[in-house]
Amino acid sequence: MSTAPLRLVPAQERGVRIPSNESVPSIDSEAQLRSVLASLSGVDAVGLEGRAAKLATRSIKRSTKAAAIDLAISMVDLTTLEGADTPGRVSSLCAKAMRPDPLDLGVPSVAAVCVYPDLVAHASSELDGSSVAVAAVATAFPSGRASLQMKLLDVHEALAAGADEIDMVIDRGAFLSGRIGQVFDEIVAVKEACGEKHLKVILETGELVTYDHVRRASWIAMLAGADFIKTSTGKVSVSATPPTALVMLEAVRDFAETTGRLVGVKLAGGIRNSKDAIRYLVIVNETAGSIWLRPSLFRFGASSLLNDLLMQRLKQQRGAYVRADEFSGD
Amino acid sequence: MSEDRLDVRKTYKLLINGAFPRSESGRSYEVVGASGEFLANVAQGSRKDLRDAVVAARGAQAKWWAATPYNRGQVIYRLAEMAESRRDELCEHVALAEGIKMKAARSSVERAVDRIVWYAGWTDKVAQVMGSANPVAGAFFNFSVPVPSGVVAVLADQSSSLEAFVDAVLAPICVGNTVVAVASERRPTPAVLVGEMSATSDFPGGVLNIVTGRTEELATTLASHEDVDAIDLGGVDGALADSLAQSASGSIKRVLRNGDPSSTNSTRRLRAFVEISTVWHTIGQ
Repeated sequence: MSTAPLRLVPAQERGVRIPSNESVPSIDSEAQLRSVLASLSGVDAVGLEGRAAKLATRSIKRSTKAAAIDLAISMVDLTTLEGADTPGRVSSLCAKAMRPDPLDLGVPSVAAVCVYPDLVAHASSELDGSSVAVAAVATAFPSGRASLQMKLLDVHEALAAGADEIDMVIDRGAFLSGRIGQVFDEIVAVKEACGEKHLKVILETGELVTYDHVRRASWIAMLAGADFIKTSTGKVSVSATPPTALVMLEAVRDFAETTGRLVGVKLAGGIRNSKDAIRYLVIVNETAGSIWLRPSLFRFGASSLLNDLLMQRLKQQRGAYVRADEFSGD
Repeated sequence: MSEDRLDVRKTYKLLINGAFPRSESGRSYEVVGASGEFLANVAQGSRKDLRDAVVAARGAQAKWWAATPYNRGQVIYRLAEMAESRRDELCEHVALAEGIKMKAARSSVERAVDRIVWYAGWTDKVAQVMGSANPVAGAFFNFSVPVPSGVVAVLADQSSSLEAFVDAVLAPICVGNTVVAVASERRPTPAVLVGEMSATSDFPGGVLNIVTGRTEELATTLASHEDVDAIDLGGVDGALADSLAQSASGSIKRVLRNGDPSSTNSTRRLRAFVEISTVWHTIGQ
C-alpha cells in the first residue's frame, strides 16, 4: 500500500462546489417560479434547530477568537434607524465606523453605515474617502407597505444621495397571501433601479412564521437578483436567530452550487454580544464555507454589537475585563 | 412513614442577578464542617460567573442608588425579618461551619441579624453624617455629598462565616453600591443562606451577587476587572493581598484591607466605599 503525501485542501474548496460560469435561470412567469420553489426540499425544523444549537457549543480558542473578533468588526453594518436620528448622531456614527477604537489603529473599519435615505447624503459626505460604504434602507422600510412607484422613488432618492447599498424590504403581506410573483417582480424592479449598486433584500424572517417560508423567500430574492439576503429589519420582536441563519446560509450555498452565483447573507437585529457573533461565524463556516467569511458576503447589522466586540478585543489584549463605558455610545 | 422518606438534599448555588445558577463551569466542591464531617457540595464559581455577576451589579447600581434612602432601608430591614425567621437554620450552619457550640452560634446569628437592622437604619442618615455644608468666601452654598463608589467586590472573611459577611456586604449596599461577594471558601453556607434570604426581601436583582469557590482563583479576576470600582480584601492576607492590591491599582480601585481602621469599625466601614462629591450653588437673593 503506498502512502500518498498529505495534501492540505484549501478551506474554500471544502464542501461547496461552485460552478465557474454563472447561469441563473431566468424566471419569466409565476408558474415557473413556483416550479423552482416546488423543487426545494422541506425544512426539518427539529433537525435544523438541533444543528444550530450544536454549532453554538463549539469552543473557540484564544488566537482564533482574536481573529474572529476582528473579522466580525469588519463585517458590521453600523446601524441607526430611529425616528430621532439627527445629522449629528450620524456624524458620530460615521466617525466610529471608520475608526471603531480611536486609540488602536489595528482595529479594522466596519463594512458600512446603515441609515434612512434622508440621512444618506450626510453620511456619504462624512465617509468620503474611506472604505466604509453607505447603506440605505429603502422601499417603505420597515413595513414595505407602499405602492411600487413610491418604493422605487425611495430607492432613486437614496441612490442619488450617494448610497452604495440598498436594503429593501419584501412585501410580507403579499408573500404570506401567496402572491409570490408580486414579491419577485418588486425585487426585480428594485434591482434594476439599483444597477451596479448592491441590493440587500430583507425577508423579515420573524414575520414569515416557518423555516420553509424562509427558504422559499430566500430563493425568490436570489432568483430576482439580490446581492444579499438579510434576516430582519430589527423592528419586530423576533430577529435573527441561529436556525434562520442556518436556513439562509444553506439557501445561498445551494444557490451557488446550482447557479455559480454567490449571494451574501446579512443578519440583523438582536445580535448584541461577541459570543453570539462568533457563534454565527461558526455557522457560516460550517454551512456555506469559508468563502462566505468576508465582508463582501457576510454582514452583521447591529449597533451595540460593535462596542462589545471592541470590549472583548481589549480584554484579549489586557487579560482583564474592561469597562463598558470605555467606548463611546453610538 | 417518616423513616421511609428519601432525603431532600439541597444544592448550594450562586446568586447572580437575582437568580440561582450553578457555576457556568459545572464545577462544585465539598465543604466540610469544623470537625471534618461532610456538610455540603457547593458550586465552585469561575471567572465567567464573576464576569456575569459584575455585569449584573453594574446594571443594578444606578437604579439602587436612585431609589430613596428610605426605600433602601426598608429593603435591608426586610432582610433582617427573613433572617430572623430562619434563625435556627442559620445557627445550625454557623455552628457546624465554625465549630462552635449552639449557644455561641445563636448569639453570633443574633448579632448578625441586629447588624442588618443597624444598616437598615443607616441608609437615610449617611448623607447627614458624612455630608456637610461648607463655609465658603462668597455668596454660594457649598455642599459635600457622599455618593457610592459603584460596584464593590468583597472577598469575605474566611473564618467568620456570617457576622463578618453581613458587615462586609451590607455596608457598601447601605450607601448605594452594588456588591459582588466571594463567600468564605471553607465556610460558605451561611453566606449562601443570606443570598437566598435577600431574594425574598425585595432586593432588586444584581444588588447583591454571591459567588462561592476558591478565593485565590476568583480574587485575581475581581482585582483586575476594570468595571469593579472598589474591592474589600477582607478574606485574604499577606503576599496575596499585596499582589491583589497592586493589580487593583491598574484600574484605580478603592481598596480596603485587613487592619485598615475602617475594616474594624462598622461606622467607618460605611465610609470605606463612598466618594465625596462637592457641589456649588448660588445662594440667590
